[in-house]
Amino acid sequence: MNVKTSQKIAFFFLFLATLLIVMPVGLIIVIIIQKGLPAINWQFLSDIPRQGMRAGGIFPAIIGTIYLVLGAIVFALPIGLMAAIYLSEYSRENFLTRMIKLAIVNLAGVPSVVYGLFGLALFVVFFKFGASILSGSLTLGIMILPIIITASREALESVPYSFREVSLSLGASKWQTIRHIVLPNAIPGILTGTILGLGRAAGETAPILFTVAAFYLPQLPKSIFHQAMALPYHLYVISTQVPNVDEKIRYGTALVLLALVLFMNLVAIIIRYKFRKKKKW
Amino acid sequence: MRKLKEFIIEKLILICGLASIFFVILIFLFLLKEGLAVFKTVSPFKFLFGKNWYPISEPAQLGILPLILGSLMVTVGAAIISIPIGVACALYIAEVAPTKTKEILKAGIELLAAIPSVVLGFIGMVTLVPWVKALFKLPTGLTALSGSIMLAFMAMPTIVSIAEDALYSVPKTYKEGALALGATHWQTIWRVMLPAASSGILAAVMLGIGRVIGETMAVMMITGNAALIPHSILQPVRTLTATIAAEMGEAVVGSEHYFALFAIGIVLFVLSFAINVTADLSLHRNKR
Repeated sequence: MNVKTSQKIAFFFLFLATLLIVMPVGLIIVIIIQKGLPAINWQFLSDIPRQGMRAGGIFPAIIGTIYLVLGAIVFALPIGLMAAIYLSEYSRENFLTRMIKLAIVNLAGVPSVVYGLFGLALFVVFFKFGASILSGSLTLGIMILPIIITASREALESVPYSFREVSLSLGASKWQTIRHIVLPNAIPGILTGTILGLGRAAGETAPILFTVAAFYLPQLPKSIFHQAMALPYHLYVISTQVPNVDEKIRYGTALVLLALVLFMNLVAIIIRYKFRKKKKW
Repeated sequence: MRKLKEFIIEKLILICGLASIFFVILIFLFLLKEGLAVFKTVSPFKFLFGKNWYPISEPAQLGILPLILGSLMVTVGAAIISIPIGVACALYIAEVAPTKTKEILKAGIELLAAIPSVVLGFIGMVTLVPWVKALFKLPTGLTALSGSIMLAFMAMPTIVSIAEDALYSVPKTYKEGALALGATHWQTIWRVMLPAASSGILAAVMLGIGRVIGETMAVMMITGNAALIPHSILQPVRTLTATIAAEMGEAVVGSEHYFALFAIGIVLFVLSFAINVTADLSLHRNKR
């Protein structure tokens, strides 16, 4: 066979493979929007579930997810950011650093349901927080830690070394340099990582199964020591555990969850894109 | 005063830097604390290779072999589908696609990675499962095959993005050398780029498989959850992850069943640890 022909055939197959991945993604999004949109109205978004979740809205689940995500970020952002500062500004190439990096890779790879087990054993049972927003937020927070550390570290490391040298040579201390020179220049990257972490926390189900999620709780949680409904778990419940739920409600819930997560990702992508364009060094 | 402040901040930063190590150890310790108790009643051998998983019968039978085989079957299926397609897609994005298309494709892949697994599970339930049922004329579409296809899809973003990184990090001179010697673009990709990036691609494949083994919600929603030793890919299976997710809600804290589910957690943790460490070593070798 002619080498040119074989190249054409090969490239065609590579293209086909790519299409095989990208097309279903588009299809999934289109199907959910098409079938979910008719369900979305003000009542659906603002009402509590009624008639055993076969009617009414999903308001408590939306609020529950927002609480959980905020709780997770309050916990994970300070620790993750400081860890990133350590890795980018203080650590040396030694065994300890190698171990930290390996630990981050491993945290990112731990199956989400194992996080659920861990949260159950540590927060719910050992610390006696019970199944509560606090337990769920902490579990999700640990889960998104690697995302925040990795993104923040990249952002910090992309600040040119000369910035630090100038600041240090003017007599600023190391922390002053980090606080006033390095951090402000890394904020867009840190923000991107944080939002991606938020999106991940909003969509995960397995870690909240036994740490916070309530099957059916037609009221808003009163404090962080209470259980709450959450969007991803609610979608799981109405699509597998409750029979005879109107398709529209299922698709509507899926759409709200998908829109929430994709919106956060979109914001992160836009921030990253704008920042790349603006960057002068 | 300022020195003191600086000192405290630096120590705080160091502590946070060590947090990841601390959490990995903490997770493992708590899994051990709750999971090892099961071995008072079942031997580790019987636990891993016992053929019956009847956790609530009297006496309970806690053999996780059907679950291990369920996970294995779904994972192998997903790997067979996702590895060739994922690597091919990475090659296309890294080498063939024009710059603009490349950006769109990468955004599409990122989008796929962002879709929550419970949404993918739901979509699998309403589309894929009926298709599989009709295509093979089965009593139910909730099979290992449906799970494999869905999981293959979920492993793709990991495989594509890491394999693509690996292809990018191949020195330009390799490619230029091959082209200068008269090789076509495809010959260069196949004979030079692919072998040069092999360790990174291997890592991509391993991390993709790690994702598949750990995936919970989508699998639980579309594999049918029958804890029996599977004989064919067209049967319902139950994976390790789905077992924990489905049963922990009913298990009484401190019961044998509860301990057994944590012991499954230990198995999953050790598996993912092994996969991640090996993949990381493979990536590091690539960088040198």
